[in-house]
Amino acid sequence: MTDIQVTSPVRDGVGASAPRPDGTLKVTGEFAYASDLWMDGMLHGATLRSPHPRARILSVDLTGALKLPGVEAVLTHEDVPGAKLYGVDHADQPVLAIDQVRYQGEPIAVVAADHPETARRACALIRVVYEVLEPLTDPRRAALDPSYEKVHAGGNVVRHQPIRVGSVFEADVVVTGEYEVGMQDQAFLGPESGLAVPAEDGGVDLYVATQWLHVDQDQIAPCLGLPPEKVRLTLAGVGGAFGAREDLSMQIHACLLALHTGKPVRIVYGREESFFGHVHRHPALMRYEHGATRDGRLVYVKGEIILDGGAYASSTPAVVGNAASLGVGPYSVPNISLDAYGVYTNNPPCGAMRGFGAVQACFGYESQLDRLAEACGLDPVEVRIRNAISEGSRIATGQIVDMPAPLTSMLEQVRDLPLPEGVSTDLRDLPGGVANSTHGEGIVRGVGYGIGIKNICYSEGFDDFSTARVRLEVIGEEAAVLVHTAAAEVGQGLVTLKAQIARTELGVPNVTIAPADTQVGSAGSSSASRQSYVTGGAVKTACEAVRERLLELAAKKLSHDGLALSGGKIVSVSGIVVASVAEVLGDDVIEETREYRHRATAPMDQLTGQGDAHTQFAFCVHRAVVDVDVELGLVKVVELAAVQDVGKILNPIALEGQIHGGTAQGLGLALMEEIQVAGGLIRNPSFTDYLIPTILDMPPMRLEILENPDPHAPYGLRGAGEPPTLSSTPAIVAAVRAATGKSLMRIPVRPEHITGT
Amino acid sequence: MSKAMSMDFLRPMTWAEALAAKAADPEARPILGGTDVMVELNFDRSRPSALLDLTAIPELAEWELRDGVVRLGAGVPYSRIITELGDLLPGLAIASRTVGSPQIRNRATVGGNLGSASPAGDAHPALLAAGAEVEVESVRGVRIIAVDEFFLGPKRSALQPGELIRAIGIPVTGGPQQFSKIGTRNAMVIAVCSFGIALHPAQRRVGTGIGSAAPTPLRAHAAEEFLGAELDWDGPLDRAVANRFGELVAAAASPIDDVRGTAAYRRHALSVLARRTLTWSWEEYRCV
Ligand SMILES: Cc1cc2nc3c(=O)[nH]c(=O)nc-3n(C[C@H](O)[C@H](O)[C@H](O)COP(=O)(O)OP(=O)(O)OC[C@H]3O[C@@H](n4cnc5c(N)ncnc54)[C@H](O)[C@@H]3O)c2cc1C
Repeated sequence: MTDIQVTSPVRDGVGASAPRPDGTLKVTGEFAYASDLWMDGMLHGATLRSPHPRARILSVDLTGALKLPGVEAVLTHEDVPGAKLYGVDHADQPVLAIDQVRYQGEPIAVVAADHPETARRACALIRVVYEVLEPLTDPRRAALDPSYEKVHAGGNVVRHQPIRVGSVFEADVVVTGEYEVGMQDQAFLGPESGLAVPAEDGGVDLYVATQWLHVDQDQIAPCLGLPPEKVRLTLAGVGGAFGAREDLSMQIHACLLALHTGKPVRIVYGREESFFGHVHRHPALMRYEHGATRDGRLVYVKGEIILDGGAYASSTPAVVGNAASLGVGPYSVPNISLDAYGVYTNNPPCGAMRGFGAVQACFGYESQLDRLAEACGLDPVEVRIRNAISEGSRIATGQIVDMPAPLTSMLEQVRDLPLPEGVSTDLRDLPGGVANSTHGEGIVRGVGYGIGIKNICYSEGFDDFSTARVRLEVIGEEAAVLVHTAAAEVGQGLVTLKAQIARTELGVPNVTIAPADTQVGSAGSSSASRQSYVTGGAVKTACEAVRERLLELAAKKLSHDGLALSGGKIVSVSGIVVASVAEVLGDDVIEETREYRHRATAPMDQLTGQGDAHTQFAFCVHRAVVDVDVELGLVKVVELAAVQDVGKILNPIALEGQIHGGTAQGLGLALMEEIQVAGGLIRNPSFTDYLIPTILDMPPMRLEILENPDPHAPYGLRGAGEPPTLSSTPAIVAAVRAATGKSLMRIPVRPEHITGT
Repeated sequence: MSKAMSMDFLRPMTWAEALAAKAADPEARPILGGTDVMVELNFDRSRPSALLDLTAIPELAEWELRDGVVRLGAGVPYSRIITELGDLLPGLAIASRTVGSPQIRNRATVGGNLGSASPAGDAHPALLAAGAEVEVESVRGVRIIAVDEFFLGPKRSALQPGELIRAIGIPVTGGPQQFSKIGTRNAMVIAVCSFGIALHPAQRRVGTGIGSAAPTPLRAHAAEEFLGAELDWDGPLDRAVANRFGELVAAAASPIDDVRGTAAYRRHALSVLARRTLTWSWEEYRCV
């Protein structure tokens, strides 16, 4: 560029805290969620679910339900016209149960009626005769005991992924531990909802809250016996997702009912039903053995990670891949023998949740590093620094980290942040909070650290891409941009970011984001912290293509060479404004569609786990400071400090929100969030007893955000949503251990684990 | 929708009308803040013939102090107990601060807490410790029920068909009172267990109330008697007495294991809460 500054940079471009278009609406309660969808004459769907985790279905009698006035359809698996099974990864899950049920809450029949109440009553009138069977609920036996009964005919192991590196499994210092992670729920706002509208062409239009429109379409169409183009999806208002909307819930059911009745059908789950209607985070049983030199340098890691996938495969295979490949954490380990298993049981199905297999492992390996520090008489930060990977290191899969990985300086930075003041006298700042259980008695402070490594984008050879269509034209004498993708805004702020990218790339302030739907190519999932990278990359690439055509048009219309686009103006080589974008465009419309792929990844070797399976690594470090009432076992997290490298800050305020939110979700897993399952039955399917952190539980945060660009990624960015969820959990548990001296091998930590009663 | 599914909504403007409506349909479900009733309806756990909305009756939302007793209208929300009754009813005010969230405290009432008669109701330990009485009424007349005779079983109370809770009579003891509860998060949580204590210096007596650790909220009688015998009202608190008091409170409970906590933890926590709240109360008593 020249030094003559004739144009000003566009407002609210990349790097600005551009406001969210949905922000005010959500805060004032005016945002239309999927459950607010409405059409005159629509019917309401309800789902009959199994009360048993394992049973044979001997008979289903629909008579009572069909007789109820207002009921228009009662459907079972016999009414599914196409494929009877679906699944994100393996098609192993029946649309509606066929002769047996494998988890509590499995859908058996669906009803459409003129009122939601009528539909629910009709469900209650369906008579199902079960032969109840003993549920298979032991994930360790499912993984390792061939004599254990089978949940599916093919066997109980969904995936076993070993990692084998080196052959030295002896060391001077050896620490072992067995760890357990309870079942966390995504607990998103806005339970599963959607509206299916039958179309004149025999197809169906589905408006739904989901994470990936095209993968829904790919699963729904075969079950309906329709070609994909006859199943059109549009994203409806999503409250949050965190992985729980990666699997289908009510989608096929609503479409079936709509096609059957010829009327629009809406299905809205309540909160309790939602606990049964989506997958959860895999609970994990983990055994680790770390061998090291006396000065705390790792020699080897042996590990076993058993992830309970519950009744259906969902994304268990990919979760196992992450747990295995990231199972020793961001450390250089010369010898590794680790086995990760994902298994079927009759427990609730588990699948994607923020952190995806890396969260469970992180609790295990970070707990182990603290044990190692203790065994070697080292500071916990020091032991991590001695073993941390850096740019050029290899991770467990042999893959070289070919991007900045400044873990040492991140650890030093978090350690050197000032510590918070002493114990407060305000009840709200004490363990127990307003419950008034201590006025200072029994309180001991503890500090702990955690660091995690998360792969960003889809891994293991997956063809991971996104599509963006960008249109530039003059509307009302001004240049205007329309960005169209199928990417799901699930609260993460992608809608804002896409507009920021278009503004930056085209210099046009006026950007509209079209609703996400299947009329444009797939954007991939809003998961794996990948949308800024992949859909951001697609929007950027499509904008570049539009810009190129604009400049060609300018060259032609203005008969001028060497033109450039700057600050939304067409400028000459010397930086002089030659024309506005609108002047160049006139009546012309420029529209370009581009697919963007990140660099290819490779599968992991089935026997050794070796392979360049990941696109990008992201890191976050936490320091947790807690006050524990050691007599009552209650915890107040006083402060959480985090250092995260994001490559490039695209939207500061949205980014901080991601780090705060991820950290809070990690706090929840450390201290309170658990779906308690006994004998395959969920004991707490409501927010009365499934506790998520409140504002009195989540402390203020200190954030240090680093921008070491990844040369492979658009703008050098790194996915940011998941990493904080990994490291906050072990940091908090380490702090509680430091305060109490208890080993605390299971999360969430409960008061009785601390008091020993 | 068919008639079987519908529900009447009654909104009497006077107490007399409310009693008449309840007499006419004993199945009609009273509703004050609705923070329990609406949850039940939403979960489809109950299906009353009618809702009897009591929020239009002015006197239910009032309180008065007469002869050393606060007569608290059944419909006074927790937020007002906190702002208006902190001095007169300190134990109930502390308990009120621990209830739900600001939104819940703006609507939820002590009358509703009693109506639900949950063992986990946070008002109950404070009412038990203070020696409160529940004033109930039907078209047949008024009955006064001592609060420790009000709770009959989990979610079962001494209310008879046709009766409504009019008010709660709570003696102003002038002595220190405390309430503590255990929850697995720092706000908005149902008690794992809870404990209320009230010193009655004039009678040289200590009242207690245990929550969430038995089928009903209850007093720790043996612990009260122990303090009655052992407390030196003119001296400092003997640590051994405080510890023994804690043990006796724990022994009075008959907790269970459930999703919120284990029986053993509940007993342990109760002993700690009892000791701590007695200590705080005693410090305050000695200071005034
Ligand atoms: C999010 C949330 C958090 C909560 N947190 C707590 C908590 O921390 N601690 C706690 O104790 N409770 C809690 N609750 C429960 C509830 O708020 C309390 O029990 C509250 O005191 C109920 O009062 P209400 O006025 O809302 O009662 P309502 O729901 O109106 O009524 C409750 C019951 O009492 C009956 N009833 C109402 N008025 C009368 C009357 N005059 N005579 C006879 N029967 C009557 C009703 O029929 C019903 O059975 C919580 C509830 C929610 C939804």
